[in-house]
Amino acid sequence: MAFDKMELREVEVWDGNFAAAQAMRQCQIDVVAAYPITPSTPIVEGYAKFLADNYVEGEYVMVESEHAAMSGCIGAAAAGGRVATATSSQGFALMVETLYQASGMRLPIVLNVVNRALAAPLNVNGDHSDMYLGRDSGWIQFDAYCPQDAYDLNFIAFKVSEDHDVRLPAMVHQDGFMTSHTAQGVRTLKDDDAYGFVGDFKPMNDMLDFEHPVTHGVQTEEDWHFEHKARQHNDLMTKVLPKIQTAFDEFEKLSGRKYNIVEKYDMDDADVAVVCMGTSVETAREVATEMREKGIKAGVVGLRVIRPFPFMQIQEALKGCKAVATLDRSSPNGAPGMLFNEISGCLYNLETRPMLSGKVYGLGGRDLTKKHLTDLYTELQANVDAGKVTTPLQEFIGVRGPKLSFL
Amino acid sequence: MSEMKKIKNLKEFSTSADRFEGANLLCPGCAHSIIVREVLNATNDDLVLSASTGCLEVCTAVYPYTSWDASWIHIGFENGSTAVAGAEAMYKALKTKGRLKQPDRNPKFVSFAGDGASYDIGFQWISGCMERGHNIMHVVLDNEVYANTGGQRSSSTPIGGSNTTTPAGRVSYGEKQNKKDMVAIMAAHGIPYSAQVAPNKWKDMVKKIQHGFAVDGPVFINAVSPCTTEWKFDPKDTMMLTDLSTDSLVFPLYEIIDGHELNITYRPKNVVPVEEYLAAQGRFKHLFKDEYKYLIKEWQERVDANWAYLNRREEARV
Ligand SMILES: Cc1ncc(C[n+]2csc(CCOP(=O)(O)OP(=O)(O)O)c2C)c(N)n1
Ligand code: SF4
Repeated sequence: MAFDKMELREVEVWDGNFAAAQAMRQCQIDVVAAYPITPSTPIVEGYAKFLADNYVEGEYVMVESEHAAMSGCIGAAAAGGRVATATSSQGFALMVETLYQASGMRLPIVLNVVNRALAAPLNVNGDHSDMYLGRDSGWIQFDAYCPQDAYDLNFIAFKVSEDHDVRLPAMVHQDGFMTSHTAQGVRTLKDDDAYGFVGDFKPMNDMLDFEHPVTHGVQTEEDWHFEHKARQHNDLMTKVLPKIQTAFDEFEKLSGRKYNIVEKYDMDDADVAVVCMGTSVETAREVATEMREKGIKAGVVGLRVIRPFPFMQIQEALKGCKAVATLDRSSPNGAPGMLFNEISGCLYNLETRPMLSGKVYGLGGRDLTKKHLTDLYTELQANVDAGKVTTPLQEFIGVRGPKLSFL
Repeated sequence: MSEMKKIKNLKEFSTSADRFEGANLLCPGCAHSIIVREVLNATNDDLVLSASTGCLEVCTAVYPYTSWDASWIHIGFENGSTAVAGAEAMYKALKTKGRLKQPDRNPKFVSFAGDGASYDIGFQWISGCMERGHNIMHVVLDNEVYANTGGQRSSSTPIGGSNTTTPAGRVSYGEKQNKKDMVAIMAAHGIPYSAQVAPNKWKDMVKKIQHGFAVDGPVFINAVSPCTTEWKFDPKDTMMLTDLSTDSLVFPLYEIIDGHELNITYRPKNVVPVEEYLAAQGRFKHLFKDEYKYLIKEWQERVDANWAYLNRREEARV
């Protein structure tokens, strides 16, 4: 190969952005089309430097907008090769139209989304408001809690997305600044091992196979549209989670690091649990351990895969609990939080349902403190003791001024 | 560089291998299909094509059928140019890495789009592709209207045209703005080649398309595409309308090399008055009322001024 290998230490100190860029380098992307936006910018900058230093080979197209970035990725993916990009917030919002186009054409693309609040008011910090714009777009969505996850899940994302039974694009989410700009020790893979895991790109129906011309992105009206969408949905719901599980298992063999579709922590006998994503998972785990010392049987359910939504796994994880709180890091704007809605849907048919309350926290980068979580577990235990939800169904945690609660 | 296709006569040209099939849903008399065939038939090379949302796209790839016997992609209304640029980037990447399935092939990358998709919504994407120097050709099927959505004005719609969003009415003569000069704007990117073409002048068109395919870098082609439905003329008269547009100099044929060197490529022997061009179309019918006759005069003046300008530029080699 014409490019140079990079010698990595067994453990490197990387932030989430650099971890993602390194994973992209090791996967040897063929085309990156990108546009910068805080806090994901260092991913594309990192990749550009790898290119400038001959650690990767391929085309790097610095386009004029995020919409164009995904448009270029779609054209490149349809031409048949490994494709990736990164974005955040307003950039992600601008991409939304193209996200549907990418998944509808069943094209493998990996998008690193460094989650950030949506304007207005303008805010560059981390929350999950942008994540939900992509929720129904037909992409696979992974959630990283720390730089290590951001690194590892990129390999998983390429492997699953490019699988010929899947052929759907995948996002890897990480929390803006909290993960993207916070350096931690990251266990690395050797270049050959990492590339070996994702494997060579195997094109399918590519536009550069001139013996077999293809038509991508046709028109379907009421006579076929439903079948196409239903098939895509069906594949997401039935094929993708088993593929992810297989990829997780293979990755564990390679790296020793175990990922689960739903990350359960102390859930075997938990009475009270919180369901959350991103950096809050680790904080919640720490507080749950402390609560156990105080005699409260606390657990944490972390979502690792947001789409396809692991309905059964979540049901299974929560079925023994008495009280559960969902932690939404996005402003629901006129409805209960997204996580609250989705989790309550999972629990509805259980014979004995946990009591469920929805908490909204951390908008625009506001910290979630251990105190917030200690109070939350205490409240859940109070609900268990009282045999009913004693507080409003939906509340904001850590907002200044009068307590805002609803329902 | 692959060899340029040699074309002897119109018969041979019009019957060469069909990569755009006659079976499609375009209106009878639609010039889009004629232009597309002329572009595709100008080369024997492999093709990677895109179409932006618009008449051409919705009429030629209705699942489970396709009129295209060449790789083709549609993404959205605005981003066909960038889709093809992405495919071109992948071609380059795979070439560098030695992974092309047919490394000896020399594909051409073409994006087709309407004037709406090019002059308006896709403007930024095309500008980006031109500026970055992708080896692609963007062809505008310029029917001066959003035809696919039922005839709304675009920034290519000429002054005085009646359409559904700037209709002529009791107190309005329709479109108030002059047509945007896209060829000049695109040439200002300093691209190697931009040109106006018309399907009636097929030899001129083939020459320009072949020139466009031969140069290294982005190419912009603006093709006049009379629309029987929105211009309101009889489907059998498409070529007559095209003749009127080029011979009245409403749609002059020229090319701009490297962003500055302008050559006029067609000089009508008998220049037709603009009035004749306008009179042949229902969309300008109201201009012939007494109160709007001054607009026809202004039209003629504008066309004359533009022709003089093009001539001055050609002469000055700028
Ligand atoms: C983002 C977006 N906005 C609007 C539309 C609706 N739309 C579809 S085609 C079209 C007009 C196409 O006009 P033009 O590009 O001139 O092509 P023509 O149909 O005239 O050949 C419009 C407005 C769309 N598909 N996507
Ligand atoms: S409406 Fe006009 S552009 Fe569209 S298919 Fe008919 S003639 Fe062609």
